[in-house]
Amino acid sequence: MSGKTMTVEEVVASLDSGMTVGIGGWGSRRKPMALVRAICASGLTDLTVVSYGGPDVGLLCAAGKVRRLVTAFVTLDSIPLEPHFRRARQEAGIELTEYDEGMFMFGLYAAAHRLPFLPTPAGLGSDVLRVNPGLRTVRSPYGDGEELVAVPALRMDVALVHLNRADARGNAQYLGPDPYMDDLFAKAADRTYVSCERLVDTADLLKEGPPQSLLISRAHVTGVVETPNGAHFTACEPDHERDEAFQRLYAAAAADPREWEAFRERFLSGDEAAYQDAVRAWREEAGR
Amino acid sequence: MSAVGGGEAPGTATRAEVCAVACAELFRGDGEIVAAAVAGFVPMLGARLARATFEPDLLTTDGGPALTAEPVPLGARAGSGEGGVEGWLPFRDHLWLVLNGRRHVVMGPSQIDRFGNMNISCVGDWERPSRQLLGVRGAPGNTRLNTTSFWVPRHSPRVFTEKVDFVGGVGTDRGAHELRAVVTNLAVLDFATPDRRMRLRSLHPGVTLDEVVAATGFDLAVPGEVPLTRTPTGEELRIMREVLDPKGLREREVPS
Repeated sequence: MSGKTMTVEEVVASLDSGMTVGIGGWGSRRKPMALVRAICASGLTDLTVVSYGGPDVGLLCAAGKVRRLVTAFVTLDSIPLEPHFRRARQEAGIELTEYDEGMFMFGLYAAAHRLPFLPTPAGLGSDVLRVNPGLRTVRSPYGDGEELVAVPALRMDVALVHLNRADARGNAQYLGPDPYMDDLFAKAADRTYVSCERLVDTADLLKEGPPQSLLISRAHVTGVVETPNGAHFTACEPDHERDEAFQRLYAAAAADPREWEAFRERFLSGDEAAYQDAVRAWREEAGR
Repeated sequence: MSAVGGGEAPGTATRAEVCAVACAELFRGDGEIVAAAVAGFVPMLGARLARATFEPDLLTTDGGPALTAEPVPLGARAGSGEGGVEGWLPFRDHLWLVLNGRRHVVMGPSQIDRFGNMNISCVGDWERPSRQLLGVRGAPGNTRLNTTSFWVPRHSPRVFTEKVDFVGGVGTDRGAHELRAVVTNLAVLDFATPDRRMRLRSLHPGVTLDEVVAATGFDLAVPGEVPLTRTPTGEELRIMREVLDPKGLREREVPS
């Protein structure tokens, strides 16, 4: 078994402009932020981003990487609205595919299982159909004849997910309270890259969680990157909770272009190690 | 709903407590379903209060994926000495449960019209909004498939609008499953009219009809006699203050 471990830089170097990139997690929870930060620092452009959106979407919007976003929401959870996403919509005019949360999940399930679409009543009657004129409905072939939205498969070139543990083969484990949709992203994409809090031996995978915590199989994983604290500042329980103080700092900076420039310079001008150092320095300075 | 308050100590309840009891009343008769009161502290408190009193079969969460064995205080996590966990409802199962139907959700509209069409996506033209908001979230599926209620902590003409800029949640004229009621900081409204448009059901104690009409940006159906919203009983006040919300998070959402 050859190892699949990579560096953040190697993962990003394997991506191309114009790709459709799925990002796991949910809102400001267990986002592969180290990979997102590295994309922001790269020359990639013109991405279609598929995400239950949080600061991953915000950072990518701020860096001008997003041509189209496919989502049901963008939020920081404890702070309802994402400032960069708002500005991108209000001023930069990024393209948006806006789906109901359940429609989005059905798009993932369809893609994960190589179905062209999955039918759901969610969305009927709403403006989701108005702003997505490509969406079609189907009628049940059975006696009920019910009309349903045919949610097309959300296929993607690449998925990026962050898990608590993984082995070098690409098996990945979540130890927190919610798997989110990360396994569906992994199956929906042609290639999946897993970042993890800690790389462990295969033999040690069951030391911290039961077999059902092994969410993603190596059959769906191209590369694995160990990025301790790599979901920062989003939640990655039980390794760490959301860094609420830092998220407040981020949101305040993001709401003001000049403050954002200072934030970017301080935290996002170097590589991942530099980011983690800058966060540590900020924490010490703030007495946290 | 009766004009006669059940309160043992009327006048001592805060506005937030009246609102929380009105939110609890949303779930009366619901039985063994999931109360998904995602719109704020007050409806979350209301759902847990309903379970702690007159609707004991309700399923409630700790705000995360845990279905708690007992209603837990606002801000507490299940398993922290509050009787533990009786079930697990991660986001994906929540979304499947929307289709299954055993769920009553309370959402917080940024805009809502007379038929209960609601918007949390954006203000202005969707193509290039003047104010981007959350995005549609689960509103289309919730309203189409589940009993849905609404919580509006600041009743104003900016929220109660003639027309919503984006129909996320569908109204009674666009195929809603059941829009049960709208609880605001001023009143309770419902859709019990022949054409299922919004009507004033009750005024919170201390609120005038004129205030509500002025704070509503469309013509509200107003019955000849408008009762007062039920005030909390002494036991309900005790449970809210001592058990379910000792930190008083409800008062932050609706200042008295």
